[in-house]
This record gives sequence, C-alpha cells and structure tokens, in this order.
Amino acid sequence: MSNDMKNRHEHTHHQAPHHNGHDDHHHDHGHDHDHDHDHAHGHGHHHHHASQTQGRKVRKQWRSLSEMAEQPGFEELLEKEYPRQAAAFAQGGFDRRTFLKLMGSALALVGVNGCTTRPPAEQVIPYVQNPEELVPGRPVFYASTLALGGFGSGVLIETHEGRPLRLEGNPRHPATLGASDVFIQAAILDMYNPDRSTIVTQQGTPATWEEFTAAWSAAMAALPADGSGLAVLTESTSSPTLLAQLAALQAKYSGARWYQHDPVQDGTVEAGARMAFDRNVNTVYRLAAADVILTLDADLLGTMPGSLRYAREFAERRRVRTNAGPVSMSRVYAVECTPTTTGSVADHRLPLRPSEIELFARALAQALGVSVGGSVAEIPWDAAWFDGVVADLQANPGRSLVAVGRQQPPVVQALGHAINAALGNVGATVVYTEPVLSEATADLRALVQDSATGAVQALLILGGNPVYTAPADVDLAGALATMPFSAHLSLFQDETSAVTTWHLPQTHFVEEWSDARSYDGAASIVQPPISPLYEAVRSAHEVLALALEDTRDGYEIVRSTWEGQLAAEDFEAAWGRALNLGVIENSSFAPVDVAVRGDFAAALPATPSAASGLEVIFRPDAKLWDGRFAGNSWLLELPAPITKLCWDNAALVSPTTAVALGVNTESVIALDVAGRTLDVPVWVLPGQADDVITLSLGYGHTAGAEVGIGAGFNAYALRPSTGLWQVAGATAAATAGTYKLVTTQRRYEADLGDPIQVVTLQQYMEDPEHLLHTEHHAPISLLQEFVYDDYAWGMAIDLNACIGCNACVLACQTENNIPTVGKDQIGLSREMYWLRVDRYYEGELENPKTYFQPVPCMQCENAPCEVVCPVQATVHSDEGLNQMVYNRCVGTRYCSANCPYGVRRFNFKNYVDDAGILIDLRNPDVTVRPKGVMEKCTYCTQRISAARIAAKVEGRTVHDGEIVPACAGACPTQAIVFGDMNDANSRVAQLKAQPQHYPLLGDIQTKPRTTYLARFSNPNEAIDGTES
Amino acid sequence: MLSDEVRKSSLEQTGHHGGSWLSPAEVMNKISGLVLSLRTPGWWWVGLMVSGVLALGLFFLIVRLLQVGVGLWALNTPIIWGVDITNFIFWIGIGHAGTLISAVLYLFRQQWRTSLSRLSETMTIFALAVAGLWPIFHTGRPWLALWLTPYPNTLGLNPQWRSPLVWDVFAISTYLLVSLLFWFMGLVPDIAALRDRAKHPFAKLMYGLLSLGWRGEATHWQRYHTATFLLAALSTPLVISVHSIVGLDFAVGLVGGWHQSVFPPYFVAGAVFSGLAMVLLIALPLRAAFKLHDYIKMDYLESAAKVMLVTGLLVGYGYLMEAFAPYYAGHKDEVALFNDRASGFYAPAFWTMVTFNVVISQLLWFKAVRRSPFFLSVISIFVLIGMWLERFVIIVTSLYAQRLSSMWNPQIFGPWDYATALLPFGLFFTLLLLFIRFLPMLPIFETQEMVAEGHD
Repeated sequence: MSNDMKNRHEHTHHQAPHHNGHDDHHHDHGHDHDHDHDHAHGHGHHHHHASQTQGRKVRKQWRSLSEMAEQPGFEELLEKEYPRQAAAFAQGGFDRRTFLKLMGSALALVGVNGCTTRPPAEQVIPYVQNPEELVPGRPVFYASTLALGGFGSGVLIETHEGRPLRLEGNPRHPATLGASDVFIQAAILDMYNPDRSTIVTQQGTPATWEEFTAAWSAAMAALPADGSGLAVLTESTSSPTLLAQLAALQAKYSGARWYQHDPVQDGTVEAGARMAFDRNVNTVYRLAAADVILTLDADLLGTMPGSLRYAREFAERRRVRTNAGPVSMSRVYAVECTPTTTGSVADHRLPLRPSEIELFARALAQALGVSVGGSVAEIPWDAAWFDGVVADLQANPGRSLVAVGRQQPPVVQALGHAINAALGNVGATVVYTEPVLSEATADLRALVQDSATGAVQALLILGGNPVYTAPADVDLAGALATMPFSAHLSLFQDETSAVTTWHLPQTHFVEEWSDARSYDGAASIVQPPISPLYEAVRSAHEVLALALEDTRDGYEIVRSTWEGQLAAEDFEAAWGRALNLGVIENSSFAPVDVAVRGDFAAALPATPSAASGLEVIFRPDAKLWDGRFAGNSWLLELPAPITKLCWDNAALVSPTTAVALGVNTESVIALDVAGRTLDVPVWVLPGQADDVITLSLGYGHTAGAEVGIGAGFNAYALRPSTGLWQVAGATAAATAGTYKLVTTQRRYEADLGDPIQVVTLQQYMEDPEHLLHTEHHAPISLLQEFVYDDYAWGMAIDLNACIGCNACVLACQTENNIPTVGKDQIGLSREMYWLRVDRYYEGELENPKTYFQPVPCMQCENAPCEVVCPVQATVHSDEGLNQMVYNRCVGTRYCSANCPYGVRRFNFKNYVDDAGILIDLRNPDVTVRPKGVMEKCTYCTQRISAARIAAKVEGRTVHDGEIVPACAGACPTQAIVFGDMNDANSRVAQLKAQPQHYPLLGDIQTKPRTTYLARFSNPNEAIDGTES
Repeated sequence: MLSDEVRKSSLEQTGHHGGSWLSPAEVMNKISGLVLSLRTPGWWWVGLMVSGVLALGLFFLIVRLLQVGVGLWALNTPIIWGVDITNFIFWIGIGHAGTLISAVLYLFRQQWRTSLSRLSETMTIFALAVAGLWPIFHTGRPWLALWLTPYPNTLGLNPQWRSPLVWDVFAISTYLLVSLLFWFMGLVPDIAALRDRAKHPFAKLMYGLLSLGWRGEATHWQRYHTATFLLAALSTPLVISVHSIVGLDFAVGLVGGWHQSVFPPYFVAGAVFSGLAMVLLIALPLRAAFKLHDYIKMDYLESAAKVMLVTGLLVGYGYLMEAFAPYYAGHKDEVALFNDRASGFYAPAFWTMVTFNVVISQLLWFKAVRRSPFFLSVISIFVLIGMWLERFVIIVTSLYAQRLSSMWNPQIFGPWDYATALLPFGLFFTLLLLFIRFLPMLPIFETQEMVAEGHD
C-alpha cells in the first residue's frame, strides 16, 4: 500500500502541469501548493489505514459512503479538503451528483490504488499520423475496437497528452465507417468511473492477485486431473484470442466446461438459421442494394449488429439531391411491436402485437409463395397494407429485403430467410457468412443444473453480470452460493461479485489488449493507448492465462493469436499495419452458399393463434444495453431516442392500453408475468402496439456503480427463460402509487410546417421549386448586413437522414465537457445538452408519424441573443459565429429568454465535477464553465481554430470537410454537414441550395446559419390512401 | 398669520369641507410628537419583530443564493426568469405612486396629495431599495454586476448599449438618485424642527447633523421652494421613463407575448396602480393607529382611490390589447400563446390576475367603497397580489408557450420561490417602521402651510 502511495505522489507531480490550470508564471507556486495537498492526503491516508488494521480484519474497499464515513478521521479530512461537500455529506442527504463528486474526492483522498494515465509498456501504433514524438496540445488517435454483444466496432481513441478522452468510429472499419453510436461515445466514461473496482476481493475482503492465484491453485488441486468440475462462463464473444484460449483450456482439461450467457445475443438468431438452413450462419444485410425494405420487429438502424453500417447505407438510398443524378429513394415498411428509430423513419409503419408478428410473417411467406404448412386463418391487420407490401416486394425481386429482429422467435427468423430466398434477395441484399459469434455448448440454465449435481466445483466468470442478467427462473445466485470456488471478473463490484467467492477487477477495453470480429466478420485488434489506470486490473485473457498456466501478458497473448493468422511474410509489419489501421485487411467473411432446407415447411412449428391479453416484451435498452452501462451517467441521463426519458426505464404502453388499464404516465402498475411481479411506472407511448408492454433491460441495479443503483426498474426480475423476448398472458394492475419520471421533451404536438417540413418524393419530382409548406418572403431589413471576407461557417442538417439515434448529442457532450446534471435537475428542465434531438409526432397517437430534429445553436445572422446581452458576452465573430464569452458573462440570462430556439444552456448551479479522476476526462481544448454562466453550441470552435491554424501554417485556406464538428463526425447517416458558406462548392453551400432547404422559424428573420433539409417520405400509393 | 378662531370661522363661511380645524401649532405638536415621544406603541414592536424576522430571512435567502446559484429558484430553460424579475418589476412599480404623488401632483397643485406625500415618497425609496436587489441578485454571478456600468477598464470594454438591461441600469439609478434627493430635501425643514424640539442629546445631535444647518431663514425657504420645483419637474418624466424602460425589457425581446408596443404605457399605468394600492395599504393603518384622521382625510384617500380606478382601467385596456393584438395581426403563434395563457397550464394565474386587477377594482366606482377604509384596504391587497401576478404572467407564460413545442417546460414554484416572493415585504416594512419611528411620517411644514393657507 505504501508503494501505491508513493506512486500517487509521483503521479500528482508529474501530472500537475496538465490539469492544475496554472500557466507557466504561476506554475512553481501551484506546484508547491499541490505538494502540500499531497501530504495532507498522505497523512489522512495513513491515519485511516492504521485505524483499519487495528480492527479485526481489513474489510473490502468502501462500497458506500456511510461505510467510508465510519472510518475515524474521514470527516475531518473531508472537511479539510472539501468543505462544501463535507457539509452536504454531514446532512446525510446527497444526490447522485454530489455522490459522484464525493466518490471522486474519496478516491483522491484515500488513494489506495494510485491512478494514472501512463503509456503502456508495449509498443502501440498511433492511427494514421505517426508523430516522431508527442506534440503537446495535439491529440493523438489510436485505433481500437469496442465489442458489444460480441460484435466489434472499430473505434479511434483520441488521446491528449496520454489521456484517452473520446472515442470515435474508425473510418476504415466496415462496421462504423467513422460513425458512432451512443455506446462508442459514452464507453470512455466507464474507464474513469470513480466507482470502478480496483482491487481483488475475497468475499468482500481486500485481497491480492497472489492470494487469488494461490486459492485458484488449491481449488484446481482439489479437482481431478482432467479438470472435471472446472467451468468457465463467458458472454457471447467473437474474439479469436478468447476462443483460442477457451479451446486451449478444453484441450488442457478435457473435463472443463464452457458455458455462455448473454442476455441479448441469446442464440435465437442461430436457432432461426438452423431452422431455415440446417446450419448456423451469420446474416449480413446490404441496404445499399435494397429498394424495398420490410422490417419485422427489426431495429435495423438502432440496436442490431451492423446497425451503424446499415444506417449509413439506408441514408445513402434516401438522399434526394438536385445535383446528384437521377433521384430515387428506397421505401421502408416497418412492422413492429414498440416504436424504434427504424419504425420512425419508415414510410409505412404497422404496429402489431408480438404474437401477431409470426402470423404476419407466415402470411407474407405464403403470399410470396413459400410453403409454410398451414395458412393463417385470421388476419388482424389492415389487408390493404399487407397487400401493398406484398405487391411491392414482388415487384422488386433481388432488390428487396426482409429483415427480422433478433428478438423474434426462431420460426420468424427462418421465415425471413425463406422469404428472402423466395424473393431472390440472397446474394444481393442478404448475404450469409460463417458465424461470427461463439457458440458454447451450454447456457446458464445448464450451469445451474450442473452446479446442483456437483459437476461444477470451480467457476470463472469472465465479464458480464450474470446474476443480474440471468432469467428470472434461473437461480444463478443460489447456485453460486453453494459453489466452493467462483471468481468473477468485472469492472464494478456488481450483483454477481457479491455472491462469488472472489471478485477480480477487470480492465476497461481502453486499457486492454484483445480482438473482436464485426457483424461481417472483419477482425480488428483492441489496442490500449494507455496502461490500466489501476495496478490490479486484468483482462479476461490474462485471467484465462492464469488458468492455462500461461505466464504471458495480454499483449503477448493477443499478438500470438495473430502470429499464425496474419498472412504476411513480415509479421511485424502486418501487425503494425493492423494496429495502425484498426482493422485487419480483407478479414471480412466471404459469403457462403446456403439453401433453405427442403423440409422447410415441416421444420416449422404449428401455426399458433394470436395471444389474447397483455403481452410483455423485453428489449435491450437504447442507452444501457443489457445493463452494462448502468454506471455511466452520460448514458443514464441521455434522453432515450423515442421516449426522451432520462435516468429511468418504464413500462411503455399505448394510449389505448393506458386508458384500458386506468393508468397514465407515471402511474405505477403491478406487472405480473408468469407469477413474478414488478411494480413499474407507466410511460404512455404513441405508436406502441395495443396490449403490449415494453420493458427495456439494464435498469434497477442493486449493486455496481453508485449512479446506476436504483435507477429504473429491473426487467430481468420478470424475464423467464422460456420467453426471453416476449411473454403472453401477463396482467397489469393499477396501484395507488406514482413514480417521478423525467424527460427532456414534455409535449407531443408538432405544428408541422413550422419546425419540421415533410414532403413526399412525388411532390419533389413534380414541382421541386414549390415544395415547402411555408414560404417566407424576407421583408426589407434596416439592419446592416455583416460582411465576411474569409469564411462564413454554416451547417445543414438533413432531417431525411436523421434517425434520432443521439450519437450527436453524446459526441457533443464528450467533446465539449458538458456536465450531466442528475435526475432532479432534468426534472426541472435544466439539462445542459448543447445539441438536442427534438421528436415530433404527426397524426393519430395510435400510429403517428415520428420526426426527429437535431437542434444545435442556429448561429443566427441577426442573433436575438447578441442585442440583449448587457455586457457583450455574446458577440458575432467575423466568421459569422455567435460566440459566447464565458469570462464576461454575468448571467442575466436575457440571451436565453430571447432565443426562439431554446438552445442556450445556463449553469443554474455548479454542475462541474470539480474533484477526482473525472477531471482527467476533460477536453483540454474546451473551457469548463462555472456556476452562473450561459453556454451553448459553438460549432466546436476549438476544431475550427485548430483547422484555421493548420491552414495558416501551410499557407492555404481551410478546405471543405477539414473541419468536422463532433456531432457531424459521430452521425451514422452523415445528416449533419458543416462548412464554409462563402465557398459555393462546399458541401454545405450545395445543400443550402437544395429546394428542400429551409431555416427553422424563418419568418422571424433571425437568418440562422444552421438550417435544415426537409424530411422526405416515399409512400406506397396503394397503402397511402387507406392510412390515416 | 390668522388666529385659529378667525380661520375656523372663515372656513365655516366658505363651507369648506372637513370635520375639524387644526392650527399650525397643533400640526407641529402632533407630527413631531409622534417621533419625539418616548413611548413606542406595542404594535410597532410586534410589527418590527415580524418584518425584521422576514428581512433576516431575506438575508439568509440571499446568502443561500450566492452559495447555490440561481438554481435555488425553479428557473429552467427556457423560462430563465421567474420570481426574481417578477419581484423586480413589482417593486419598482410600487415606487412609482410615490413619485406621482410627490412630483406630478405637486406640479398640478393637487392639495390632497400633501398629507400622503411623505409616506409615498418614503415608500418609493424603500421600494426601490427592495427592487434594486433583484437586478443584482438575479444574475448568475452577482459579484460581476459592476460590468453593467460603463466604468473605465483596461480592456476598454463598455456595456452593450443596445441591451435594455443597460438602459435599466441608467433609468433606475437616475430614478433612485432623484427620488432620494427629493425625499431628503423635503425632510430637511422637518428634521430641523425635530432638532429644535428634541430633548435627548443624542437625538438633538443626530437631527442636528441631518438638518444640514437649516435655520428657517427666508433665503432657505426661497431656495427650498425653487429646488422642490426643479426636482419635481425632473422627477415627473422619470415616472414615465423608468417603467417605460422596464417595459422595453420585454417589448424589445423577440419573445411572443413580450414583443408588444403597448408595453411601455401599460407598464406605467400598472406601476401607478400597484403603487397607489401600496400607499393606501400603508396610510390606512397608520391613520387609524396614530389617529391621523384630521391629517389624512377621507377626501384625500378618495382622490387616491379615483386615480387607482383610472389606472386600473388603463391596465384593463392593456390586457385587452394583449388579447386583441395577436388576433388582429392574425399571427397564429401569437394567438396560440395568448390561448395558452388563458386556457393552458398557467391559466389560473392569468384569470386570478384579471379578476384581482380589473374586476375587483371596479368596486371603486362606488363612493361608499372609495370612502371605506376597510374596502380600500381589501381592494389594495387584491390589487397588489394581482399586479405581482401580472408580472409573473407576462414573464413566465410568454417564455413557456414558445413556438417550438419541444421547449415547453413549465416552471413550478418551490419553497424558495415562495420565500423570495414573500420575504422582500419584510425588508420593506422593517425600513418603513423604522422610518415612522424616527422621522416625521407627514410633512410638517407643508401641512402647516396648507393649514395656514386655509386648505385642509
């Protein structure tokens, strides 16, 4: 421990110039000051340490503040160091925000494990640019891979002076093409989470890896020589290294068992493939080649493997431009139980109950000539809709696509394959490859059964949180309680860690070496730009190596996997290239030829009848996924794409069902699924299928990172292994209770023609010049026009491409040091997002059209904010930006009152985490704003400056596309385009010349620089007449 | 100077109304006696305790505000103003009646104003003191409020002259300065009289210092009258300009519901309306407590009530215009905003405002009501609440129902907001109670003069 302390001292000295904010003149003084502080910490720590060891035994790390506070001397220390927080703490009541701060400061105070950002010992290769040495102030990017549900997405990790700050998609990686989803954007926060587990514990007691190794050896010694009784539990994975290690383990111990549990990638898709083809395949869609797309409960653009790529291809087929050749658009039909981003952008959407989706698929298959052995008697949907889809699909053989969601039962998956085969889409819009994901022989249910018979004596759980994510009827916690030896490797001390005999702290993926395959099989390396923040953390590979008695570290293990596989004479060069590019070239899987089995109709189960009563469906959460991001305050606070709900999940019900149940939004219902009940608040959601309740997974944690504990409601408590995705026969009873839910958008109504202009493709074809609903004739202005000699920055946002995924919102947050404010502040409408995505509905609430509109600062030419600021704190730049001078702002908020777009954000309180490790996460190029100051979107002015400087140094002008604001960079569909409006050839100028281009609230003559391109729809006329 | 008997008989002959006859000596004895008496009434102590506790509460609130930030209030985006600016406009409006009575009616030689003038001028000063808190403490960083003034600095940076908030700074500081001068100058002869009559050496010393060497010489009086006239002439446009500029804070804005040309005159009328209500609410209890019926006559109160009725009607006209303008212009968003005001989330506040300000004040058409201290007090309370709500409605409902419906986030008051609305009254009444104990609440010499000249 004292070594750690020493490290911490050194670290603080070393890091001081980076984040104490003093300039050179003050530096010496600042340094001394820091030094004193360190001593204060040090003494406090020793005091603390001594008092701990006087007790009977050192307990585990402080799991809660109250526990920490019991330590003598803590309060005194806290008071000394953080008088403000100490007061809040003494009161006993603190919100999550305060808690985060306290945890941060607690870490700094206690310093058991010195945390630091250090370069890794191994050679890592920066992406693209290879600076001879680090240039202070300039970011360096490293390619890596983020795996979610086993599928890898290539990312670039932006590091500043060695600190990883942001993740972006890797343009060279086929799954991302440079774009991000919210998980990519937010994942970095988990690494810096002050609640991360940093030490090995044995039943809650701090221990060391040496002790664990000894215990492991003892446990192995007790087993037979073939390793019978040894078991490994993994999530679903595509990592070649992990799979090789697992194979090696089974080779070494023939009796060892490998179980797999993943709450999202649960084997349904694989079962569907087997039902159709009699073998497992991986399905890859090619949206770029599809003219007509039908999704069967498939969130093609949201949560499927490859969604980022699909979103890009989708947007490319929906783009309408006058200057890009003949105009065409794909047409999308969405059949779904609960609104998704995909359904929101579809031309036609049909809400159906989950049990009806299979009927729909069967009827569709039949109508398209696939034999399904039995017909659908009753059709509960609009016949014209169905006939229109059938006709459209039939008219586009080989250019159509039927996509099935992973949560649909195998029979629907199989029907989807058969339909695509019948339409001739295979090889064109649908491609099959060898499977990407691992398939273990046994699942969690088997593990529990085997442990009951004593067949599992020692269990290694590599990642995941299976006790929390286990189906409600699989008592893993009970099984672990009686197991002699179990160890759980994870980022946090979570629900599973609490019941295993050992908890092992895991590396965050930014800290570890690994590898993964993407949705199409392309392999890439997980490359850490830094050493782990904490000494004691290990990767899954390193823990498995322990079991394999392999002494190599993670780097060597991963490297050795590829030594045999990278087809190059010079491995070093090939390896370097793989790290540099972030993807192993030509590693995407080749298509395989598969044919629908001959006995297809016979392989299908009998046609069911539609269920009656309430049906409950479970979905991976758009923010927390399966719960792994529940400690991530960025994601917790992020408004969910459709509901705009923050900090909680809820039971989503349709307006009709809400009336039938006698409940409203925030009413708590007692939801009963197969005898298990959960009290959960209702959220009334337009577009939800009637009699369907959607619960998203990942909330209601009882352990783990503090911010996630108690947020939302645990859907796993209801989720049976027989109905992982959908259960019929549920009941819901209104209770007297209510639960406060917070959202960033409280109204449904859209006054179309005002914020959102919607046009059809046909209107565009007929008369592009008179396309828009409202045309505003600019009145003669008495105001003097600004003149821009150099650049005139502007932005165009294509609403036709926006899928409402929120990646831009988080990208803006990570780039611009935007704080999270906590549930109570969101409840007061004080969210700090510089960029919000508004969601509007049009039409009947049963099945409305849904529109998304990203709203950053409009950077108005006649900016209403500028004229009312009494102190010139918001001014017009000579490049047209509406600038915010934080230092000058006194906080009258008049600018915000006068902004018709509501994009300005005020620091009503101190929202900045001013303590602890989270400081390391801040972008050094962006000012951190104090209490009482207004802020807003700057068009990422720091990036503009960087590009301007670079151009000046090279004696040229900034060229188009050189500046990419964070939102534009993250956007999967490239809906946001930024550039110089003075340059007629720039992309942004071209977009602003399109006939569908319009300013928001154009009639008030603010002349926004951020403008929009209208949303298009491409309806099927055969259906359109019959829809509302 | 006529003897009292002669004066009385002459008044009887002219049929001059009024129930009693005062001599200048009685006036002097009565008014200075209220101050110089060593017996402090019990109700004064109770009043001071209650208002003092509230004033301390206000102090605590401001300390908390500096600690936490303006997030203490229920402010949100986009309703970034709430109780803070409502308070500001309400209190600055209260001050207006004082200036109207002391300056405008002085110039118009309205005798009924005399006995009310000191109280209403004092009210102006204290209302401005309370109002002045909010432009400073509503900001996110009050310690930088200096930046709204054009002080010399090395950056050569001036305030942003196009902002109405800068106009406010000048309008209000001018107003405060002129009002303070006017008030204090009027006090000088009276303080000198107190100096001459005070027994206690400390009182003699204090009054002596404050009386600035006033000896009552003819040249003093001549200069006094000239200065009074000049200051009155200077104050008169301020009555119009200050609240017009406060009205421009909103009228200049782009916000629907603010962007209306009727605002400046409408704000002035509202200010006088609420100010007169406050004058009545102060004068009526004091009149009863100190038995000032001979000084603050019912006729005077009735005149004030008549002005209140007229300004109330003007306010009603303003409301009508606020409804008429959007419909006449046919701007759908403005119409939607007005509809939301009248039937949406904040409709209760809107209709309470209309009822309290426009409907209830119609009772003043009746002479019996105008001459009833009870009715006048009750109506004044309604008007004060109604006028506070008017400012709330203008600020909050306009910022609420904006054109992008995605921005609609209601601001719902919490305990700190209610405290902020209530506690300034504590400061105001504390100052007022201290004033009536230590300085003459009626103008001694002006009243004497009026008595002597036969007007009463």
